[in-house]
Amino acid sequence: MIQSLIYVAIILTIFAIGYLVRVFELSSSLKGDKPYEVTEKDNRLMSKIMLTFLFVFFAFVIWNLIEYLPLMLPESASEHGVGLDWLFNFNMAIIFFVFTITHILLFYFSYKYYGRKGNIATYFTHSNKLEMIWTIIPATVLAVIIIFGLKAWNKITEPASKEAIVIQLYSKQFDWTARYAGKDNELGASNYKLITEENTLGMDIKDSKGADDIIVKNEFHIPVNKEIEFKLNAREVIHSAFLPHFRAQMNCVPGMTTMLHFTPIITTAEMRTKPYVIELMKGINEARAKRGEKPEEFNYILLCNKICGNSHYNMQMTVIVESEADYKKWLKSKKPYFKK
Amino acid sequence: MENHDQHAQAHPGHEEEHHHTESFVSKYIFSMDHKTISRQFLITAVLMAFIAMTMSLLFRLQLAWPGERFWILNFLLGDKWAPDGILDPGMYMQLVTIHGTIMVFMVLTGGLSGTFSNLLIPYQIGARDMASGFLNMLSYWFFFLSSVIMLAGFFVETGAASGGWTVYPPLSALPQAMEGSRLGMTLWLVSMSLFIVSALLGGLNYIVTVINLRTKGMSMTRMPLTIWAFFITAILGVLSFPVLFSAALLLIFDRSFGTSFYLSDIYIGGQALEQTGGSPILYEHLFWFLGHPEVYIIILPALGLTSEIISVNSRKPIFGYRAMIGSIMAIGFLSFIVWGHHMFITGMNPFLGSVFVFTTLLIAIPSAVKAFNYLTTLWKGNIQYTPAMLFAIGLVSTFISGGLTGIILADSALDIPVHDTLFVVAHFHIVMGVSAILGMLAGVYHWFPKLFLRHMNKKLGYIHFWGTFISAYGVFFPMHFLGLAGLPRRYYSNSAFPMFDNLVDINILITGFAILASLTQIVFLFNFFYSIFRGPKSEQNPWKANTLEWTTPMANTHGNWPGKLPVVHRWPYDYSKPGKEHDFVPQTVPLEEGEVDGGGH
Repeated sequence: MIQSLIYVAIILTIFAIGYLVRVFELSSSLKGDKPYEVTEKDNRLMSKIMLTFLFVFFAFVIWNLIEYLPLMLPESASEHGVGLDWLFNFNMAIIFFVFTITHILLFYFSYKYYGRKGNIATYFTHSNKLEMIWTIIPATVLAVIIIFGLKAWNKITEPASKEAIVIQLYSKQFDWTARYAGKDNELGASNYKLITEENTLGMDIKDSKGADDIIVKNEFHIPVNKEIEFKLNAREVIHSAFLPHFRAQMNCVPGMTTMLHFTPIITTAEMRTKPYVIELMKGINEARAKRGEKPEEFNYILLCNKICGNSHYNMQMTVIVESEADYKKWLKSKKPYFKK
Repeated sequence: MENHDQHAQAHPGHEEEHHHTESFVSKYIFSMDHKTISRQFLITAVLMAFIAMTMSLLFRLQLAWPGERFWILNFLLGDKWAPDGILDPGMYMQLVTIHGTIMVFMVLTGGLSGTFSNLLIPYQIGARDMASGFLNMLSYWFFFLSSVIMLAGFFVETGAASGGWTVYPPLSALPQAMEGSRLGMTLWLVSMSLFIVSALLGGLNYIVTVINLRTKGMSMTRMPLTIWAFFITAILGVLSFPVLFSAALLLIFDRSFGTSFYLSDIYIGGQALEQTGGSPILYEHLFWFLGHPEVYIIILPALGLTSEIISVNSRKPIFGYRAMIGSIMAIGFLSFIVWGHHMFITGMNPFLGSVFVFTTLLIAIPSAVKAFNYLTTLWKGNIQYTPAMLFAIGLVSTFISGGLTGIILADSALDIPVHDTLFVVAHFHIVMGVSAILGMLAGVYHWFPKLFLRHMNKKLGYIHFWGTFISAYGVFFPMHFLGLAGLPRRYYSNSAFPMFDNLVDINILITGFAILASLTQIVFLFNFFYSIFRGPKSEQNPWKANTLEWTTPMANTHGNWPGKLPVVHRWPYDYSKPGKEHDFVPQTVPLEEGEVDGGGH
């Protein structure tokens, strides 16, 4: 019923537009002018809408900022992420400044210089001085952006220190597995040809380094203020280990091992007490209540961020950051994969 | 420089050709006339754009209201892909993939260059037709075939390709990995190969035509910026599309013949595959070696059209003509050495990443020059608000606001937290999707009289522009925030993560604007097809423009000019030149004594 009503409505709308156009055309042909030519009246109207748009657009932008900024990720939970957030805000400030200036100019010019009858535009073909200005200023600003950016990049991509705790993150369609290197802090060898239903990572039993390796699913723990080095692998297609709260991401590629390291600086428990996070979780739990779902507590998440198949949208692991003592206790409760 | 007219004048066959009557087939279907081919490209692209836009609406419904039932989904997609009106995750992936592919390749590469390079290159340089009408015809039909095959994927049992428009292996190489990597992926590769053939045939033709067939007096520095943009675009396409072809070919080998160019150490479906030694990263390099120039293949023609339209309708010369040419060339050149910025987090050598940061951010300089030159062209103009002019100004706005967020993504360190999130989706949709569509629409409104000898309705054009422009920002501005909240792209639903539950309002807002945008396009579709048959007839030079296409009578003359080819005496931007009777001086008007050409260089 509703369907057929919608069809009828669509057809009627098309006819209505058709008739309107005919009326427009007939009335303008009666007046004898060319209906496609723009008149001063058109120009004035459009110029006013241009100016109005400028204000409405900026109102929309500001409304977006007020409404949505409180929904963004909380402060960085990793050491390098703090600097990265600062740099991000610095760049955003430049971007917002340029965006504002250029848009005010664009829409103000569009408003001010609308075509009037008998008016003649200014014949102004080029100006080396002006063009130099808007080559050199962007170049200078970009130089600053590049220098800051590369400094941060070099710091992040430095090799991890020798003391870093080694954890393998193994991705497959559609879940994650974490493997701790154990006491020797070295992962045992593995080979995709050894994969079986039990031995999901294809670990090599002959390699003694693997004897103390611990495998966990669903949730993994890391100690606060310790550098963690992740070794990333994928079983069949490319996945991407994305840890948004730690501002960290790296692809997992079949046939090679990629690496990622960072130092967490805020424990899960501490993060849950931050006023920003409390507000954030309030909003989240209100939305969940509307859908009839149970409230949730804040958690750090590892998710897949490279299209990997139909269930790409649901491939996750919870990350718990805790004190070193708690971490050691937790790890002790887990048994090595190869029980001797 | 100046003696090319002999080639053009001596172009054989044309004088005789327009005496005999042509059959329907040779006139409208297998036509070799650049104007007809241009119309064919345009109409195909408009239909493809409408289809791809509808796809985006379908998956936007799912994103705003995940798991809700919509009869329209079941009606369009059937019981297999939308049981009870709930979108299937596999179908979601197919829609996202094919929406991207069609928009990027069929609409904004084939459609945009195919329509306007074909229409304007011969017209604006004063040539009777393209250098090779036959290759030109082939170019269209390969394009058509490729479009049909791309859509055919939806009619096979396992569905269309669904690995994202970038179709990274191993996902796209392994039929076991997802349904969309079976027959649908084969069709995608066949379609894309045909498309590349089309793009190369077209591109070679454009290059040769611009170099060889310029009329007397049409030196390179008297060419309109449209032609410069098409020319550089064609060079980019000819240099980069073969690389995509090789990438596709190797992928076909991996899929069908057991090679391992991209595959290594894979365990899938309960067994370890034989392939070793390949690397998916190789595919990414090959793909993005095309993929990045590709975005300039899309945006440069749109900027070219805009340059012309802004100048004509501001009644002012384009500001900094030579700087604009320099910017187009610089962008074209740099576009070849920036592809790595798509791959910062693939585990690529960090030093290599630094190099790509540097080259990528360099592109911002010529882009900034272009933006400021547009602003200065508007300054103290006498702006005529045709619908085309509105779309052109809209492009300047979206090109700036989308380009600016590129600064974040080009910066490898800052790219890490937003890579592959919806922030990226927002960025590239504004800077190349919306901008290029606005540029293309500006071109359609402006050159409609040359395409169909009639005009589109002005008032509907106004409604179309404001509806499109407002809803484009309404869709893509809030989308940045989704990305900043950490939401990845290509997620069928974000309800699997509590941390994204508070973003549902943003998704609903976006989908609301997407529906508004789509409804506005119905106004355009109506205006477009109605005006082809019933629009008011045009006079010869309705916009009082200087370029050569307006010196021919309003008729589809085979060979473009009834008599001799026009002779060019000046650059195309003499608008409102002091001491002239009118506010425009066509390129065919000889220079007066002592008059300086080209803005007094």
